[in-house]
Amino acid sequence: MTQGAVPHDPAPQGEALSSRRGIRKAYPGVVALDAVDLDLHAGEVHALLGENGAGKSSLVKVLTGALVQDAGETRMAGRPVRFRTTADAQAAGISAVYQEVNLIPAMSVTQNLTLGKTGNRFGLISWRRARAEAQVKLARLGLTLDLDRAVDSYSVAVRQLVAIARALDDDTRVLVLDEPTASLDAGETAALFGVIRGLRDRGIAIVFITHFVNQVFEISDRITVLRNGRKVGTSPTADMTRQALIALMIGRDLGEVEAAFADRRRAAGGDVVLSARGVGCARVLAPFDLDLRAGEAVGLSGLLGSGRTELAKLVFGAIRPDCGTLSLAAGGSAGTSPGALLRAGIAICPEDRKAEGLVGELSIRENIVLSMQAKRGWLAQAPRADQARIADEMIRALAIATPDADKPVRQLSGGNQQKVVLARALASSPRILILDEPTRGIDVGAHAEILTLIRKLCAEGLALLVASSEIDEVVATSDRVVVLRDRRMVGEITGADITRERIVDMIAGTDD
Amino acid sequence: MTEARNIPDRPGRVAPPGPAVRHAAGQVLWPILALAAILAVAGIVSPGFYDIRIVEGRLFGNLIDILYRAVPTAMVALGMAVVIGTRGVDLSVGAIAAIVGAIIAWRIQAGDPHGLVLVWALAAAALCGVWNGALVAGLGIQPIVATLILMVSGRGIGMLINLIYGGTDPSFQSPFLQGMSTGSLVYIPLRLYLFAALFVVLWLVIRRTALGLFVEATGANAAASRLAGINARAVIFVAYVICGVMAGWAGVILTADTHTSDPVSIAQYIELDAILAMVIGGGSLAGGRIHLGATVIAALVIQALTTSILISGLPPEYNLIIKALVVLFVLVLQSDKGRRDLMASLRRTPR
Repeated sequence: MTQGAVPHDPAPQGEALSSRRGIRKAYPGVVALDAVDLDLHAGEVHALLGENGAGKSSLVKVLTGALVQDAGETRMAGRPVRFRTTADAQAAGISAVYQEVNLIPAMSVTQNLTLGKTGNRFGLISWRRARAEAQVKLARLGLTLDLDRAVDSYSVAVRQLVAIARALDDDTRVLVLDEPTASLDAGETAALFGVIRGLRDRGIAIVFITHFVNQVFEISDRITVLRNGRKVGTSPTADMTRQALIALMIGRDLGEVEAAFADRRRAAGGDVVLSARGVGCARVLAPFDLDLRAGEAVGLSGLLGSGRTELAKLVFGAIRPDCGTLSLAAGGSAGTSPGALLRAGIAICPEDRKAEGLVGELSIRENIVLSMQAKRGWLAQAPRADQARIADEMIRALAIATPDADKPVRQLSGGNQQKVVLARALASSPRILILDEPTRGIDVGAHAEILTLIRKLCAEGLALLVASSEIDEVVATSDRVVVLRDRRMVGEITGADITRERIVDMIAGTDD
Repeated sequence: MTEARNIPDRPGRVAPPGPAVRHAAGQVLWPILALAAILAVAGIVSPGFYDIRIVEGRLFGNLIDILYRAVPTAMVALGMAVVIGTRGVDLSVGAIAAIVGAIIAWRIQAGDPHGLVLVWALAAAALCGVWNGALVAGLGIQPIVATLILMVSGRGIGMLINLIYGGTDPSFQSPFLQGMSTGSLVYIPLRLYLFAALFVVLWLVIRRTALGLFVEATGANAAASRLAGINARAVIFVAYVICGVMAGWAGVILTADTHTSDPVSIAQYIELDAILAMVIGGGSLAGGRIHLGATVIAALVIQALTTSILISGLPPEYNLIIKALVVLFVLVLQSDKGRRDLMASLRRTPR
């Protein structure tokens, strides 16, 4: 089971309220969902888990009609249906509360609860009727609030409840909650769970999306795990262990390339090039110590929200640390801005390729030379010929599939875009390279190429810090692994100790 | 787009469809076509529209007049293109021209050498740009709000300056500034040389340093640019200073034209014409690419339109409406989607 064996779907009790078979949704260059099945039964809390990019949001959007699936069938209580809009899905009794609470902060509770469905009188809104409706909606959750107060004067937890109240109707049969506890504290979460249990007992099927593993075990009846757009398992919560769940979420069978690397682990290499002492930031990551050596790849492993990405960003100055010191062997204390760090020889490939990596408007060449140019400064523009040469070299070295370096970068496929971001970092000739999710959302071929490249760069004396949600990728590429849990560094493993089991145990917190 | 560009990224995966790279030449094409069309129509409607003659050692004629009058708008539009490239906007350009005019009148009355007056005027314009840049890049205020502050207060500042030296008669005599306005060299108005020089300097700054790349990258994706090591704040700040200086030059020309400081009506709505020119030139208000050449052509389009309507003898009441319709048509032609829709509806009309 810990090896990621797919647990069997337990024989469902009775007919599913909502049943999906073979859901597929593809975007240009990326398959977001592939052959996903999902059954929801009346009176269950069904947890949906997966790392970023696993396909959770796409699945939610398909469930609620916000996206139309490319293939696959949908049945409600056994009858085949098709949802083309969210209104179709709502009419069939499916409602959703999205991650960013979509209320209008400055409007009153009444206005928020009845927006878009206000009863009217002679074409004008009847506020008397609207308040009555709002009262009914709140009563469903056992809430008493001041109907005329602006929603933003209430706490996030109450707003969350208002959003749920807004989503619920008498005929709601399926309620999707996307990360409802993301910004709630323990007490607020407990209160929310009370409400969720109440709804479940009334026979509503609840889809609960979260990345907090503890909460899954506390509230859910069944669990479905997605990874890279595929369903990797559905199981009753009672039959699942923490280790098994974590292995399902971030485990991946070792490919041949990765297996080949795993054999070639070397002893930790050269001089310390960067050292962090007590670096941290309140509410982001507890203070940590870390040394990076030349020629060494350090993996960062942990679940989504464990502080993986945050650690990388703290080192790169994209998040400003509020304590501790970061020092570079080459140039004393590191600066605080990405620009200063770039000049000191640190480059980053960010996690969110679209938002923080690519400049889609610009060409491949311009994207590749951007950091190199930033390092030279605005006055010393690299001659066009040099730019073209560097871009061509990178395109060849990283096997970026494009006929021409002047093509807009957004026209490339996901894997090639990722390589362009990597090429930009490499073109600035860094001594330290931070890769945050270097293989996110790219296909198998490009994945292997990027892993090969990581090992090669290391052999050439580059110090690498690689944050990854793929545990086997970490195992395969790292000389040393730093494990994070709950926004805290919980340990470090080196050499032969780096195994999938050991990392899973540390993430699950069962090693101590 | 040639066939060769359509090679799939990876076997079995077809590259997403999209327009081929827009080269600078392609970008200038639509404004040039629009300009040619407007001039052609003007030539038919008003015989003798193209006539050019030499009077007192200077070229005269409608075509020269279009170039001559387009200069201030084109200057402002170039600065605006840089600011909009950063995903910003500068509404205060007209107000900057007003301040520049008042400074010129004041310093000339104070007896400064006229060359020095020019330096004062441009320094004031640069200072306005610094103010805008500090608000947008330093304090992070939304550009439209930040520059609105100077847009509203700038003309007031101009009037205050006029009061400083008595202010009853803010007109002045200055052969030096007059020369920049109406003077000519080898039959060609001096201000065209001045504009050409400014264009070349700006082009060198944008295209022969990395500033253009940084502006475009910052405008297209500020977060990514920052992580790539670009000091996005500094880039944005510099863009507003450049825009301020360009608006300052426009203010110098316009003030020299009237040889008086008139803060209330100088360069009125010039910010709108500049934004329009930038958009007709193929820029996007969402930031990104800067097209300097196309922006200048677009400023000529706007002026050619205004001049042609005036010459055609149509009642001036029609002027603004016709201008609006032509601009709308040019914009539709320019967008890929607009062209497709237009062609489709044209094909559908014949039954």
